[in-house]
Amino acid sequence: MNAYATGAATRAETCVIACAEAWRGDGEILASPMGAVPAAGARLARLTFAPDLLLTDGEATLVGPASEVEGWLPYRRHLALVTGGRRHVMMGASQIDRFGNQNISCIGDWEQPARQLLGVRGAPVNTLNNPVSYWIPRHSPRVFVEQVDMICGVGHDSARAAGPSATRFHRIPRVVSDLGVFDFATPDRSMRLVSVHPGVTVDRVREATGFALTVPDDVPYTRAPSPAELALIREVVDPDRTRDREVRS
Amino acid sequence: MTAPPHARDKTMTPEEVVGRLSSGMTIGIGGWGSRRKPMALVRALLRSPVTDLTVISYGGPDVGLLAAAGRIARLVTAFVTLDSVPLEPHYRAARQRGAFALTEIDEAMFMWGLHAAANRLPFLPVRAGIGSDVMRVNPELRTVTSPYEDGEEFVAMPALRMDAALVHLNRADRLGNGQYLGPDPYFDDLFCEAADAAYVSCERIVETRELTEGSTAPQTLLVQRHSVTGVVETPGGAHFTSCVPDHPRDEPFQKAYAAAAADPAAWTEFAARFLPPDGDEKGYRQAVRTWHEEQK
Repeated sequence: MNAYATGAATRAETCVIACAEAWRGDGEILASPMGAVPAAGARLARLTFAPDLLLTDGEATLVGPASEVEGWLPYRRHLALVTGGRRHVMMGASQIDRFGNQNISCIGDWEQPARQLLGVRGAPVNTLNNPVSYWIPRHSPRVFVEQVDMICGVGHDSARAAGPSATRFHRIPRVVSDLGVFDFATPDRSMRLVSVHPGVTVDRVREATGFALTVPDDVPYTRAPSPAELALIREVVDPDRTRDREVRS
Repeated sequence: MTAPPHARDKTMTPEEVVGRLSSGMTIGIGGWGSRRKPMALVRALLRSPVTDLTVISYGGPDVGLLAAAGRIARLVTAFVTLDSVPLEPHYRAARQRGAFALTEIDEAMFMWGLHAAANRLPFLPVRAGIGSDVMRVNPELRTVTSPYEDGEEFVAMPALRMDAALVHLNRADRLGNGQYLGPDPYFDDLFCEAADAAYVSCERIVETRELTEGSTAPQTLLVQRHSVTGVVETPGGAHFTSCVPDHPRDEPFQKAYAAAAADPAAWTEFAARFLPPDGDEKGYRQAVRTWHEEQK
């Protein structure tokens, strides 16, 4: 019997919790989740421990928990909100390195890439102005790389090299993958393992990471959802189980 | 007392708009991704010989189609996407064969470039770009230091001036006053103000007084006639991108477009059917209707 049937949390549901935790304590700011699991996490946070969070409908309106419209946020105002800093975005990453530099633009040589991806989008402005966390649904050495091919989201070393106007509002609170949770609470601001999801070993994380990861002596498990949280995820936040399309359980 | 003279009637056809464009121009295209793109004008452009363009766009299938037809010399963008289909196949292919030069900038840098152009400023400072490879791939970008106590350093985003802008709105009058009825104006007003000539296509041309009839708020009047050169009525002119509330994105058709765009043989067939060089907008709409009937 799978975890869903027994009532225990699936991996995807643990990931929803790990993403939701990114917005804990953020106050009255916009949560901007990119991807199904972060979207479920943001809604869960809003419905439970972070009631002041603002959420969008994915288009141009701010919506409350019952989908009631509470504000207008077209792209031009969204970009102004980014530079005003009252937002915490969770972006994806095609590549991410040990200092949190992120790439969503292209793979290979920028002049003529082997694989053209989305483009830099808003990653440069996001990372210099509001907190940016990352969600990576398939943790592998192809994503967690020694060096990204195109720096879109600015990492700690790059921000430092660029000077005080780059570091002033720069913050990468956490990285969540299908294997664990990571932060940059190390002396040189390189990536550190914070927790592994239940069923994942530290060695598995190391093998799936293409750079030297800081691993504390004691690595806890990512916290499990409470029964109430699990019910919310399954019945309210993501009844269509879009989370399962991002994370294999 | 005699009636006051009328302001100029700016209505024209898509062909007349394209007749005012020429090869080598810098063209801005409004909308965002696969949302409210002036596709009828892009289709008319594809039927013309105009090429060697610098295209400025928050890119969607407008960029994809122009790239596939080899009309782009340089693209200025932050992304190219079909939204519900994340990667635009024609754009991918064009980039992977090095088909044109690219100015890849951040979404906010792009916006401030439009503001600078609309305000006749050479640049505007923006806290974006530094620390990222946007600076590496655009070596011409300069920074500016705040003259005040903070002394902070910012990117001096150059004005994105353009020879012509193409945008699509829900309604317009014959004078060039354009109205959006959806939730997001995108940046279409700025495109028009940043261009030497702006062309507005719309779902329907109405009398000026009809624009605010009923309870329609005046702030829906996004584009004013002083910044508009031509107005074109093109029902379904954003197809297959979204133009809410008139019509949502045509997702099945976009899916078919994306599948065809990813396969050269399928694309030849798709282009022959929907984008024949001797076609017109009416023929396009008929071909799309027929395609939908076949899918039933």
